[in-house]
Amino acid sequence: MSNFSPHRTESKRYEVLATGHVVPEASRCVQCGICMFNCPIGIDVRRHAWLGRHVEDSYCLTCGECVRRCPRGVLRFERTELFQRGDE
Amino acid sequence: MTHYVIVGTGVAGITAAASLRSLEPGSEITLVGEDPHGFYSRPGLAYYLTDEIPEKQLSIYNKKDWQTLKLRYVRARATRLDPASRRLELGSAGALSYDRLLLATGSRAVPLPVPGAELQGVVSLDDLEDARRILALARRARTAVVIGGGVIAVELLEGLLQRGVEVHYFLRGERYWPGVLEEKESRLIERRLAEHGARLHFHTQAAEILGRGGKVNAVLTRNGERLRCDLVAAGIGVQPRMDLARAAGIATDRGILTDQYLQTNAANVFAAGDCAQVLDPVTGNASLDTLWHPARMQGLAAARNMAGQQLPFRPGPAVNVLRLAGVMTTIAGAVASGRDEDLVNVARGSSETWRQLPNSIAMEISSDVSILRLMVGEDALLGAVVMGEQKLSLPLQELISARVDIAPVRTKLLQAGKRLGDVVLDLWSDWKAAGGGHETQQ
Repeated sequence: MSNFSPHRTESKRYEVLATGHVVPEASRCVQCGICMFNCPIGIDVRRHAWLGRHVEDSYCLTCGECVRRCPRGVLRFERTELFQRGDE
Repeated sequence: MTHYVIVGTGVAGITAAASLRSLEPGSEITLVGEDPHGFYSRPGLAYYLTDEIPEKQLSIYNKKDWQTLKLRYVRARATRLDPASRRLELGSAGALSYDRLLLATGSRAVPLPVPGAELQGVVSLDDLEDARRILALARRARTAVVIGGGVIAVELLEGLLQRGVEVHYFLRGERYWPGVLEEKESRLIERRLAEHGARLHFHTQAAEILGRGGKVNAVLTRNGERLRCDLVAAGIGVQPRMDLARAAGIATDRGILTDQYLQTNAANVFAAGDCAQVLDPVTGNASLDTLWHPARMQGLAAARNMAGQQLPFRPGPAVNVLRLAGVMTTIAGAVASGRDEDLVNVARGSSETWRQLPNSIAMEISSDVSILRLMVGEDALLGAVVMGEQKLSLPLQELISARVDIAPVRTKLLQAGKRLGDVVLDLWSDWKAAGGGHETQQ
């Protein structure tokens, strides 16, 4: 199991999920699978990249393991801008 | 019912099969391939060597994916193609007749052109069987010699280091990958390789691989040095697999020649992926790529044309983003025009188009750990190398791919100095704000 942040609270997770998600850049992906291998809950991030889809999965912990481990710079965390936070 | 035959189980072949299945649900599709492991991530083999993923992670399709494709799969080597009678022979596995055929036969490593290259313990990295062989050898090996340039040689080197093997890296010239990288960029990679424990030998060329009992036990250099080792790993370039096409009388050059519809000069025969040398109607050039994404895009385009749509393939600028000796590196568009003695052919994971350099001015900023180099053309950015910090990687990929007009900021770019990165980010932000990029999304 990967060492995703143990300090991230549930409410923080929902807040992050509401404001953004992991976005793949399909043209950079070589389908090595490091992303899904390191996902602590086994989301098939690689398949999202193959299909060019955002990782809009309610189970996503937003831990950033996939973004950090990808050796090809495929993944990034992007704000959805659906909900603008008042303090920004 | 149209019968499509696809030769090759790599990304070009599988993408074409999947695309044909959705374009023509009722067609018959036969996939012919000799790789016992079928479809998997070949670039991912590097990370299997470094122990970042287990072998089973390399498989991309699951059982359900295969069922959805409704293919007939024949594991065999295609031995002869006769376009006139539309017949493909498969040696002892019989023969197939087809209506349209795709050659997606990929490429193979160029063997080391020295005596002893056939000894047990001399390896290259083309497929999963090679990776397994390397890992088995690495378990027993104490010392390895890596020969070559570009991406694969360094990936082999890192995998071997990770597996606890002492590695000597032979380079013919005075620096790493001079065909694509500038000196400062080469030095950054060399420094990191040395920090990871590799011993770099410049101006060094293998003259002969020596063995005992059929196994490698030393490399003799042209300088007359004898270096004891039990493994020799080579990444000196790849050559398209085009024996089948050549014997069938299909036009070839450095690869199987196709027009912009991915069609060869033989009726009903198409080619895509590493084996294909595809005409770019805009430049009139036909170049080789050994990159995953262009192979996928060619497979898609070939399928559409095989299904009767007349859709020209429009190659984008070649982009690769990868880790070299732990340094995240983006190479996009045209970046260099130098010679490279360490490679006898295009290297796996690269593109010939990186070395086509029209009129441009090179701009560079760097720190100890990061480098940004831009090739600034008359009206567009033509290429970029980004090492280390990758904030500019995607913006540059998009600006280069879309040939965004830089005329309004060209002077600013050329005078930016240390602010080069900021000027690029501003250009990208303005372009995005004006709606740029939406038409180029795939």
